[in-house]
Amino acid sequence: MRSQRLRLPTAHAAPAALTALWSPPAWRATRNALAGLAVAVVSAVILGFPCVSWAAAIAAVTSNENNPGHIALYAAVILVVPLVLPWLVLGQTALQRSRLHATLGLEFPAALRPASLGRWPLGPLRSAATWRQLGYHVISLFTGLIGGALVLACWLLPVLTVGLLLAGDPGLFNGTGLCVLAIAVVLAAPWLARGVSHADEAAARALLGPSRSEELAERVETLARSRADIVKATDAERRRIERDLHDGAQQRLVSLAMNLGIARASLTDAPEPARKAIADAHDEAVLALSELREFIRGLHPAVLNDRGLNAALSGLAARAPLPVRVQVDLPRPAGASIEAIAYFIVSESLANIAKHARATHAEIAVTRLGNRLRITVTDDGVGGAAIPPPGDGPAGAWSGTGLRGLVQRATAVDGTLSIDSPPGGPTVITAELPCEL
Amino acid sequence: MRIVIAEDSVLLRDGLTRLLSDGGFEVVAAVPDGEQVLRAVAEHQPDLAVLDVRMPPTHTDEGIRAALAIRRMHPDVALLVLSQYVEESYATDLLSAATSAVGYLLKDRVAQVADFLDAVRRVAAGGTALDPEVVAQLMVRRRDDPMDRLTPREQQVLRLMAEGRSNQGITDALKVSPSAVEKYVTNIFAKLDLPPTGTDHRRVLAVLKYLGS
Repeated sequence: MRSQRLRLPTAHAAPAALTALWSPPAWRATRNALAGLAVAVVSAVILGFPCVSWAAAIAAVTSNENNPGHIALYAAVILVVPLVLPWLVLGQTALQRSRLHATLGLEFPAALRPASLGRWPLGPLRSAATWRQLGYHVISLFTGLIGGALVLACWLLPVLTVGLLLAGDPGLFNGTGLCVLAIAVVLAAPWLARGVSHADEAAARALLGPSRSEELAERVETLARSRADIVKATDAERRRIERDLHDGAQQRLVSLAMNLGIARASLTDAPEPARKAIADAHDEAVLALSELREFIRGLHPAVLNDRGLNAALSGLAARAPLPVRVQVDLPRPAGASIEAIAYFIVSESLANIAKHARATHAEIAVTRLGNRLRITVTDDGVGGAAIPPPGDGPAGAWSGTGLRGLVQRATAVDGTLSIDSPPGGPTVITAELPCEL
Repeated sequence: MRIVIAEDSVLLRDGLTRLLSDGGFEVVAAVPDGEQVLRAVAEHQPDLAVLDVRMPPTHTDEGIRAALAIRRMHPDVALLVLSQYVEESYATDLLSAATSAVGYLLKDRVAQVADFLDAVRRVAAGGTALDPEVVAQLMVRRRDDPMDRLTPREQQVLRLMAEGRSNQGITDALKVSPSAVEKYVTNIFAKLDLPPTGTDHRRVLAVLKYLGS
């Protein structure tokens, strides 16, 4: 947006005052003031008439002498005007915005998102933006009618003066005085126009643009949407990696391990070094296969897509190096991304328990409370785990960074994750995630 | 012994065919998806079908569904399901329809050639071959029951039974005497309230109780 400032006359006042007469900002401001005058007249009619009618109807109803036949008419006016006025305000705002755009180049972001307009017909009535816009229209009556009329007068006075002088009848004024006044007024005209425009622009920016809270709401919505997109994209990426590994590297490794197995079984009469090399290669291939499977199991197992969280947790629990009980009460799926995050939380929690907790038992419980998915992972280990504030190194018995990663995954979907781990245990990790609708 | 293979990866389909042929089996058909395997089984009436779980078109559980369909339409065909991952949920589906002549193994197991061929023979002969990982997963989901009466050692023995091992196999795995294994097995039957009928039948019942199905 461009902004024009009033520059005060200085040592170069005379030339500046003269050049201002044909400077682009002055003309722009003048056009704006004159257009403002025209639009203000429209405002006065379109918005003024309903308001005056409404006030008159109220006055008539509250007065003692009213004709019963007119009561219905008054009532209709009293009821209909509040319904119609907001829509008139919106229409008038559109008109003012296009004027401000045409004359001053001002752009207003679509201040009212359709959602915040609400339902027809009462939506605009309840919207604070409508009332702010009405405020602008009231102010623009002054800046437009008074300011615009003054600017117009400033430019018209010299014309009038010339006309009067030509007619040889300066009337009440003496000719010289009139000429001096006309010149002074003409020189003042650009500054006046710019002053009026400046006030108009300031009012428009304050009242026609989105309010601070609307801007923030808009921003929050954008951020929430982009964050949800990132969560979904991450989830999709994990699935893709899993599929690629399954169709590629894993198949090749199985084939390799199988061929080495066949070689190992059949080449019994090969020299000892060759047999040892084949046996080592075979063992390595089997180990690589198993490590790759473990890796994918921690990342995003295919069964999660196919059968959901409940089915996928069996594999996690069975693989943990301590006895784990699983209790899942999930009558409906919670949504693919949410279940993937829940899975990750359980997976990391079990890994942490195995590494740090010195526990003998662990328990996973998953329940759905209304629209929230609650996951608790309990262990009977030594406790003392804590989520370190960002920036700290590992803390407590647990690797703090791992726990912080879990918190991040949960909060990325507006979920929560907390840990209760007194010294001596037990440790309970509780996560709550919003289910997808 | 005649075998039909369903596996969508060409590499593994050819590998399995060679492995089984070298092992003395006759591979009568090797097909890439769940629909074709149903046709192949109907056509060839094999002794055993070896099925990959994840196959076209949806790449989810085609192999499990094909296995259930085969068991329904051709109850005499033994089923060996192979997968990159074993899942308790698939196993439950499979075992709900088939408790004999059925196997569910990780694909990794084909690398242990002799063990794998043993499992193939065992399943074809009407036995079971469940991957230790599947058994561990089923264990997690077991509801509270008489199992808790078993000592850890007895649970270990039962777990090996569920994998499809014979008493001799259990003896080898646990490095204990055959008579000790006999004793554990008898205790298990007693604690699970299984009447003394044919031993093999009781083994299956014990395993089923163990798996909670």
